[in-house]
Amino acid sequence: MHTIPHTIIEKKKGLASFSLKEFWQYKDLLYFMVLRDITVIYKQSILGFAWALINPVMSMLIFSVVFGKLAGVPSDGIPYPIFSYAALIPWTYFANTLNAAGSSLITNTSVFTKVYFPRLIIPLTPVLSKLADFAIGFILLIVLMFWYGYYPTTKLFILPLLILIMMMATAGLGSWLSALAIQYRDVKFGITFAVPLLMYAAPVVFPASLILQKFGEKAYLLYGLYPMTGVIEGFRAAVVYNKAIPWGLIGMSSIGACILFVIGFMVFRRLESRFADVA
Amino acid sequence: MNDFVIKVENLSKAYRIGLKERQHDTLGAAMVSWLKSPFKNFKQLKSLAKFDNPDDADVFWALKDINFEVKKGEVLGIIGKNGAGKSTLLKILSRITEPTCGRIQIYGRVASLLEVGTGFNPELSGRENVYLNGTILGMTRKEIDGKFDEIVEFSGIEKFIDTPVKRYSSGMKVRLAFAVAAHLESEILIIDEVLAVGDTDFQKKCLGKMEELTGREQRTILFVSHNIAAVRSFCDKSIVLEAGRLKFSGSIADGLTHYSSKKSLQADDDLFYDININNGQDVLSDTPFSILFKCKKLQKGQKGYVFLIIKDSDNQTILHTRSRLEKLNKSENDIIVINVEALNIRGGLYSFHIKVILEDVGHKNSRFLSDDQLLDIVNLNNTDLADSLGIAIPKTSWL
Repeated sequence: MHTIPHTIIEKKKGLASFSLKEFWQYKDLLYFMVLRDITVIYKQSILGFAWALINPVMSMLIFSVVFGKLAGVPSDGIPYPIFSYAALIPWTYFANTLNAAGSSLITNTSVFTKVYFPRLIIPLTPVLSKLADFAIGFILLIVLMFWYGYYPTTKLFILPLLILIMMMATAGLGSWLSALAIQYRDVKFGITFAVPLLMYAAPVVFPASLILQKFGEKAYLLYGLYPMTGVIEGFRAAVVYNKAIPWGLIGMSSIGACILFVIGFMVFRRLESRFADVA
Repeated sequence: MNDFVIKVENLSKAYRIGLKERQHDTLGAAMVSWLKSPFKNFKQLKSLAKFDNPDDADVFWALKDINFEVKKGEVLGIIGKNGAGKSTLLKILSRITEPTCGRIQIYGRVASLLEVGTGFNPELSGRENVYLNGTILGMTRKEIDGKFDEIVEFSGIEKFIDTPVKRYSSGMKVRLAFAVAAHLESEILIIDEVLAVGDTDFQKKCLGKMEELTGREQRTILFVSHNIAAVRSFCDKSIVLEAGRLKFSGSIADGLTHYSSKKSLQADDDLFYDININNGQDVLSDTPFSILFKCKKLQKGQKGYVFLIIKDSDNQTILHTRSRLEKLNKSENDIIVINVEALNIRGGLYSFHIKVILEDVGHKNSRFLSDDQLLDIVNLNNTDLADSLGIAIPKTSWL
C-alpha cells in the first residue's frame, strides 16, 4: 500500500521548488507524448519519413551550388556537400525543435487547461521526438562519409556529448520561448522569422575558422558561447578524419548550453502557474 | 490523522476581464491610438495574471472567501448556476490554475475529469489513445497494462480498438474516454459535467460505476452536473455557489432546496410560495396526488394560464398541462390547487415545475411570463412495474 500524499495548493511565491520526484512519476506520459509525435507526424503522407531527409538534402544541394560553387565560401578543405550536410543535420534539429517547442504550449492549450501534469513535459516532447528525424538524417551522413571516402575514426565517440549539448540548448531555449509565447503570441511569430536568420549566425554555410581569421582568438572563443557553433564544428570534425576536434569551441558551447538550459528552465517554472489563466 | 481529505480555507480567485475599448471620433485620434496600441497591448497582457491592485475595474472575482471541508468517502455535489464559480473551483482543486489567495490541503491523489477525452489524438488508434489519455490523467504504463482489458470491456468498443479515433463516432469517443477515467486509481475523483454526453444507457452505466467507486472503494468524489436528478441520487453532501461566494454547505436535499428557492428569489421575487406537494406524503405513480401553492401576483378575476410540467432525470418533458386561471374554482384568491390523477409512469426521479402566464397585468394586452419554477425532485415509486422499459404504464386489463 502506498502512502497517501499530502498536497497544499496555494499561490506560489518566487521560484517554486521543482519536484523531480513528481516529474519522474510522469515519465510514461513523456514517453507516450513523444511516441504520439513520432507516429502522427508522417501519417497520411506518401513519402513518410523521407520528408525528414528532403529538407536537409535540398538545403545541402542549394548551399553547395550557391555558397560552394558560386560564392566560393571556404570549407576548411572539406568537400562542400559533406561540409554543409554535417552542419545541416544538427541545425535542422535545432530549428525544427525550436519551432515546435516554442508553439507547443499554444497547440496543447486544450490539454493543459483540463488536466494537471508537469507542464515542462509539453516543450520537452519535441526535444525528444525530433531526434527521430535527426537519426534518419544522420544515417545519410554516414552514407555521405563513405561516398567521399572519409572512413570512421574514434572521433565519432564525441557525438553523444555533442548531441547532449544540442539537446540541452534546445530544451532550454524551447521551454523559455514556449512560456513567453503562451502569454505574448508575438513570440510565436518572432520564432518563425528569427530561426532562419539564426542559421546565418551559426557556422552552417561558412567555417568557424573564418571568425578566427577575421576577428582573432577572443572573438572566436566568444562565438563558441552560441551553442550550435561548438556542436556544428564538432560534427564536422567527428566525420572528417583530417580535422582536429575543436575542444575550445565545444567547451564554450557547453557553457552556453548550460546557461540557456538553466535560464529557460527557471523562466518556465516561474511562469508555469499562470499558463492556464493567460492562455 | 485528520478526518478531512480536502480542506479549503479562504479561497479566492481573480481574473481580468476585458473592458470596452474607447471609440475614436477622428482619423487622427484613431491613428494615435493605433501607434500606441503595442504599449497598451503589452500592459494588458502583462497584467493578465497580476493582481497588485484588486480594486481595478476589470478585476473579476470568480471565487471569494470559500471555506469547506470534505471527509473521506463523501460525494460532494457542487451546485450553482452558470458563472457561479463551480468550474473555477474544480480547476483550482485539480491544480490547473492556482488560487489568488487562500489555501487548500488535500490528502490523496486527485484525478480530475474536467472534460473526457482530453488529449485524444484523432490519428492514433483507440489502443494508443487509451495509453496516452491514461498517462495524461496520471496513470503509469504498468497500471494501464493491468487494466487495459477491463477498460476496453467497459467502453464496449472491443471491435474498434485498433481503428484510428478519427473514424469513431462521438459517442464511441466519449465511452472510451470515460472508461479510461473510471479506472483511475486515486483517492479523490473530480467530475465536471461528464454525464452531459453519451446516451442514457451509458450515463446509467457511468453512474453505476461511480456508485461502485464510492461504496466499495471509499473514494471521495466531487461532482458537478446540471442534471439535478443525478446530483440528487448520487451525492450525499452539497455546497451551493452563487456569484463566487459559498451560499450553503450541508446535506444534498437542503442544498437543492436552497438552490431552487434562491433561483426563484432572483428570477421572480418569490412569486410562488407555501408550496405543498401531496401534504408531505410520498407521491406514488399509481395513486392520485395534489399540488398546492400560492402565487403572489394573483388577483381576483386574474386572466392567464397556469402550467404543470414534469420532467424525467434526462430532462425530457413527460407531462405538460395547463389550465386557464379564470376557470379555476378558487376559494381564496392566491391559492392554486392542482389535483392530478395517477400518473402511471415508471418509477424514478422526476422534477416537478410550475409556471404562470398572467394577462392584462397593469394595462390591457400585457403579458407576464414567469420562469419555470422547480417545486421539488420527487422519487416516484411504482411498486409493481418500477423496472418497466417504457415510460407510460397505463392500467391495462388482459383477457
